[in-house]
Parts: sequence; C-alpha cells; structure tokens
Amino acid sequence: MSDAATMPAPAQATAGRTPLLSVRGVKTYYGNIIALKGVDLDVHEGEIVTMIGANGAGKSTLMMTIFGNPRCRQGTITYGGRDITQMPTHEIARLGIAQSPEGRRIFPRMTVFENLQMGASIKDFTHFDEDLERVCTMFPRLKERLNQRGGTLSGGEQQMLAIARALMSRPRLLLLDEPSLGLAPLVVKQIFNVIRELNERDGMTVFLVEQNAYHALKLAHRGYVMVTGSITLQGTGKELLENPQVRAAYLEGGAH
Amino acid sequence: MALNTPHAPAITAAEVTAPATGAQIAAALREAGIAALLTLGLSIPILAFKTEQDQANALYLQPRWGMVAAACALIFALRFALCLRAARRAAAPARPKAPASPALQKLFGIAVPLFLGVAVTYPMLATLASGGLGGARYWIDLGILILTYVMLGWGLNIVVGLAGLLDLGYVAFYAVGAYSYALLSTTFGWSFWLCLPLAGILAAFWGIILGFPVLRLRGDYLAIVTLAFGEIIRLVLINWVDLTNGGAGISSIPRVTFFGVPFDSSEDGFASLFGIPFSPMHRMVFLYYLILVLALITNLVTIRLRRLPVGRAWEALREDEIACRSLGINTRNTKLTAFAIGAMFGGFAGSFFAVRQGFVSPESFNFLESAIILSIVVLGGMGSQVGVAIAAVLMVGAPELLRNLDFLKQVFGAGFDPNEYRLLIFGLAMVAMMVWRPRGLVGHREPSIVLTERKAIAGSLVKEGHG
Ligand SMILES: Nc1ncnc2c1ncn2[C@@H]1O[C@H](COP(=O)(O)OP(=O)(O)OP(=O)(O)O)[C@@H](O)[C@H]1O
Ligand SMILES: [Mg+2]
Repeated sequence: MSDAATMPAPAQATAGRTPLLSVRGVKTYYGNIIALKGVDLDVHEGEIVTMIGANGAGKSTLMMTIFGNPRCRQGTITYGGRDITQMPTHEIARLGIAQSPEGRRIFPRMTVFENLQMGASIKDFTHFDEDLERVCTMFPRLKERLNQRGGTLSGGEQQMLAIARALMSRPRLLLLDEPSLGLAPLVVKQIFNVIRELNERDGMTVFLVEQNAYHALKLAHRGYVMVTGSITLQGTGKELLENPQVRAAYLEGGAH
Repeated sequence: MALNTPHAPAITAAEVTAPATGAQIAAALREAGIAALLTLGLSIPILAFKTEQDQANALYLQPRWGMVAAACALIFALRFALCLRAARRAAAPARPKAPASPALQKLFGIAVPLFLGVAVTYPMLATLASGGLGGARYWIDLGILILTYVMLGWGLNIVVGLAGLLDLGYVAFYAVGAYSYALLSTTFGWSFWLCLPLAGILAAFWGIILGFPVLRLRGDYLAIVTLAFGEIIRLVLINWVDLTNGGAGISSIPRVTFFGVPFDSSEDGFASLFGIPFSPMHRMVFLYYLILVLALITNLVTIRLRRLPVGRAWEALREDEIACRSLGINTRNTKLTAFAIGAMFGGFAGSFFAVRQGFVSPESFNFLESAIILSIVVLGGMGSQVGVAIAAVLMVGAPELLRNLDFLKQVFGAGFDPNEYRLLIFGLAMVAMMVWRPRGLVGHREPSIVLTERKAIAGSLVKEGHG
C-alpha cells in the first residue's frame, strides 16, 4: 500500500494515448456502506487489463458501476471520450461495451439460440449468422445445444454461453467477471485462449476480473490489484506476477 | 421413435400396475381419516347450519348434515387417493423424467387444429345439437362468454406470461374499453367499428399511465399497485356520476350492426338483406364470430410478436432484468409496450362486452374479474397460448356445465346452484394444479424458434454411435 510498493504507471506503449475507458475517483455506495473508495483505472484500446483481489474487494461492483448499475456517487467514467457516468445502462451497452456479468445471468427458460439472439439485440441482425458461426466455432459445446434451454446447461456451458452472448454484439470493449469460475482447468485454458485470440486477432479490448490470478496476469498486458474498495497496486502483468506482495497474497495458494 | 418403443413402456407398465401394499393402504386410510375429521370440524361452523326465516320472520337454524357428510366423504376419498398415489410414486424406482412424452406432444399438435375447428363450427354444432337456432341461444351465449375470457387471458398473458409483470388490475383496461365504447357511442353516436380501435387506443394509453409509476416495481409490490389501480378505475367509474352515470351504469348502448346493417326485422335489416327469415339469433351468431376473430387476432399478434425483438425482450425481461439492460435493451420501453399492448387487447374485449350487453356498470369490473383472468393465465401455464385457451374453457365452462348436471341437485338439494360455489371450485382447481401440474396446464415454454439443424446433428451422432 505504501508508495514504494506501487508499480510504475502503465507500460510505455500505452502512455501517451487517451484511454478507451477511464475511471476517475469513483466512489460507489450500497446504502451507507462504501464499496469503492475512489478508484482510478484506465483501459486502452487493444489491451487486456485484469483486476485481481480478494472476495468482497469490490471488483464486481466496479464492473457494474461502469455499466451504471449501481451508479457511483462521486467520480467520472469516460468511454471513447464520452462521459458515461450518468448514462442509462442500456445506452452504455449500445456504445459497444458488452459484459459477461458475475453469476452469468443467462436467460434460463430461453434456448441457447434465443440467448444468443438476445446478445445481438443492439445489432440489426445483418451479421447474425456470421457471428453465430463464429461463437459456435469458439464453443462447439454450444453448437450442439442451440435448442436446449439455457437453465439446463451445465455450469461451464452456461459460462460459455454468457461469454458467447456478450460477443454477439461485436463489442469494442468486453468486460468479463470471473469467466473461469467453476470451470475445469482444461476449459479455463480454452477460455483464456479464446480471450487472447479475440484480443490478438480482432483487436478487442478486454477488461477481466479474475480470482485465477496466475492465469489472468499471464494473459493480461496490465493488471490492477484491488483491496477493500481501493486500488493498491498496478503494473504490467509480468511485474505483478513477480511482485512479492502479489505472490504472497494471491499466488502462494498454489493457483498454478 | 418406433425403434425406442420396445424398451421404454415396459418399465412404465410394470410401475403402474404395481399393487399398493397393505401398509401403504393403512397409512393412506389413516391420513384420509384425519383429513375427513378436520373437514368435519371445519364444516360444523361453516356448512352444518343454515339460517332461515320462518313465517314470523324469526331466524331459525336449519341443519344440513347431508352436506357435511358429502364434504367429509369427498375429502376422505381425495386424500386417500392422493396418499396412495404419493406412496406408490415414492416406492417406484426413480426414473429420469422424459421432457415431454411424444404422446402428449402429439396431443398438443392436434389440439390446436381441433380447437380451431370446434371454435369455428361451434354455432352450427350448437344449433344441430339443440335442434334449432333458437334453442342454441344458451350455448352460443356460453361460447361468447368463454371466448371473451380466452381473449382476456391472451391479452393478460402478454403482460404476466411473457413480460412477467404480475398485473392484478387487468380488469381496469377491460372497463376502460367498455366505457369508451359506451360513452362514445351514446354521446356522439359513433359506430362500433370506429369505437373499437379508439377503445383499444384509450386502454393502451391507460396501460402506459399505469406503467410509468410501476416501472421500478417487481413481484408482490407490482401486484399491490396494479390491484389498487384496478380498484381506482372502478371507484372513479362509480363516483364520477356526471360522466359515467355512477353505479347505475350506462344503458341503451347501440347494438352491434353487420357493418352498418342492423340486426332487426325491418326492411333494411340483416335478414331481409340476405333474404332469410328474421331471427334474433343472427346477432348472437355474429357476436360469436366477432369475438372469435378478435381473440384470434390477439393470438396471432402475440405469436408474431414473440418472434420479433420486442417479444423476445419481454421474455428476457421476465427472466433477468439486469441482464437485459446490460445487453442494451431499454427495459422501460419494453415494459411500457407490454402494458400498452396487453391493455389494448383488454380494451378491445371491453368494447365487445359493452356492445354485447348493451349495458355497462362498474359492478362488472370488480376484482373478481381480474382474479379470474389471472387464474386463467396461471392455470394455463404462464405464457402458453394453448394452455390459456384450455384454462379459459375449464374455468368459465365448467361451472356452467355443473349447473346442468341434474344429479348434483339430487345430492345437494334442489336449490343447489354451482355458480355460488364457483370460488370454491376455483380454489379446488388451484390446489389440484399445485399438486399435479405446478407449472400450469402447458408448463413448458415453446421456444420462439427451433433450429432444424439440430435434428441433422442429432441424427449424425446417432448414426456414429451405431456404426
Ligand atoms: N447489492 C449489494 N448490497 C449491499 N452490499 C453489497 C451489494 N453488492 C455487493 N455488496 C458488498 O460490496 C462489497 C464488494 O462486493 P463485490 O461483489 O464487488 O466483491 P468482489 O470483489 O466482486 O468479490 P468476489 O471476488 O467474491 O466476487 C462486498 O463487501 C459486498 O458485501
Ligand atoms: Mg465478484
């Protein structure tokens, strides 16, 4: 938490540009309880940025605050140069941000196909077949189950569906909240490969919240560490992986 | 399918015929005995005595022990059957439940054309069965009543079944539609065909008015506010005497015409226009087909909307509102359209009600109506169009049928009127549904679109497995 421990500012490559998403001094409350105590964070175009932190640190809250639900009481959030702090959630989504939220939140009584259709709601369906084909090659499990109801999928399949649904809107910025939750190690690897591929091949910007610190930091260009509502450390993925504090708090448990 | 048959039914057959053991029967008898005793205890204050007045206007108690005995026997039998069934089911080896048996699905497959066929030919069937148009009056009237509820059920289904917004005040829009037609036609002399769309628009407008304040509410809170809304509309109708004539209602509302041609015995009437002998039943038959068409329009529009983005958004809203918003769906507009479109169909049904009755009063639009319509939707299976239709037939038609069953009168006495027991029957039906089909008559949700590709995939997998 001391200054000395704080890593140097973002990597050189991203230094001068205006970030795609920037969060400044954001404070979010649940009633009287403060959940975010003034968070600053940048995500640049083309980056994978990850955020790690203990349970209850406020990672999901930050992700939801970016989407305007709950709203922050102080601070500003800008996306692509626009202030989205007070914008309604659905309009934020229409700006090209998609989210695979905590708890997946797929539509349980609708089929996989209908869930994917919902993901493409903000599009005019001209690219629907193409996008469907794309997520189906990414997640062949979903292709076999297009007519199955979402609620009857296994946990891992539901996670795949949540990610696939988010991708159907062709987002510029993809927010993923613990995509590896409850997945077999092999599937975790697959999902992380998918994220890398999306980033490298399609240039998609990804902001990733993870408990799986080792994999997440290896994948990400930059990372942040959140402790009880504030960012305590930031740096490139490699820097954070080597940081003794991070190792002690998030990696020694044998996550890798 | 033919390949599978040798395996599956053998198990089910064995299970069904498995006899109940003596212990099971004894346990069931005990349970049933307790239930019957409870019924006896309950029915002593409720059923056993009736207050009557004698010639001197003095009240005296008339015992009705026969009724008590009947109630106890009924409960005993039901409880016994239920216990035995449950015991047998628990004893049977657990078997994975098939998603929906092909037989059932086939049944639903033929149910729709069958229903439609019966609905279209119903006046003819009724005429044939009762030996003349005049004799069919009762049956056609009943048909009209049932179809009105089918339409109301389908309209409310949009709000409750699809969008998942629990609306206990739906009758308000029925009232708005009825009074719109009543007032517009009696004040300005406008025809039914002009007033019908206007009534729909007005009801939709009131749907939006209701929608705005309840946008943030869900579940029970939404139910309470919509309930209050329904009551407010009714109270306004009672108290705004200048406009609505208060509790006395509005009478002599113009009758329906055949696109301008009146149904009367005059020179320009419907009968002489078509050169057939005049019968007052022509109007009834016309009304029947009118409500049939209106109901079918409601159904077709709903089916169509379900395939469009707005209909999908309704269903997604029912499942998860937060997820909807983060997918870029404007949940406010989605809810408002659901309220507005649901209300619009309620308004259509309302103006049909007014033109059929020729008289409207606030008493026709009390909470019980809302409750009946909602029960139809819930019994039908929240979102299933076929289920709602079946439920409407059962809920509205069954009490009428009971009225005609003479042996009931022999059991319960000559003054027995099943209509008085309507609520009791609803209650029993609800309990029975909760026990046997907790998700409604048609409990599974039909996907709005089914990909045929899947069959190809499944087929190829099967082939691989066998090869
Ligand atoms: N709706 C809510 N009402 C009140 N408090 C909440 C609410 N949601 C979250 N909190 C609290 O805010 C804090 C941050 O929660 P958050 O879900 O953001 O944690 P997290 O970092 O995502 O944790 P995890 O890794 O377990 O998902 C927690 O202390 C939590 O109890
Ligand atoms: Mg979280």
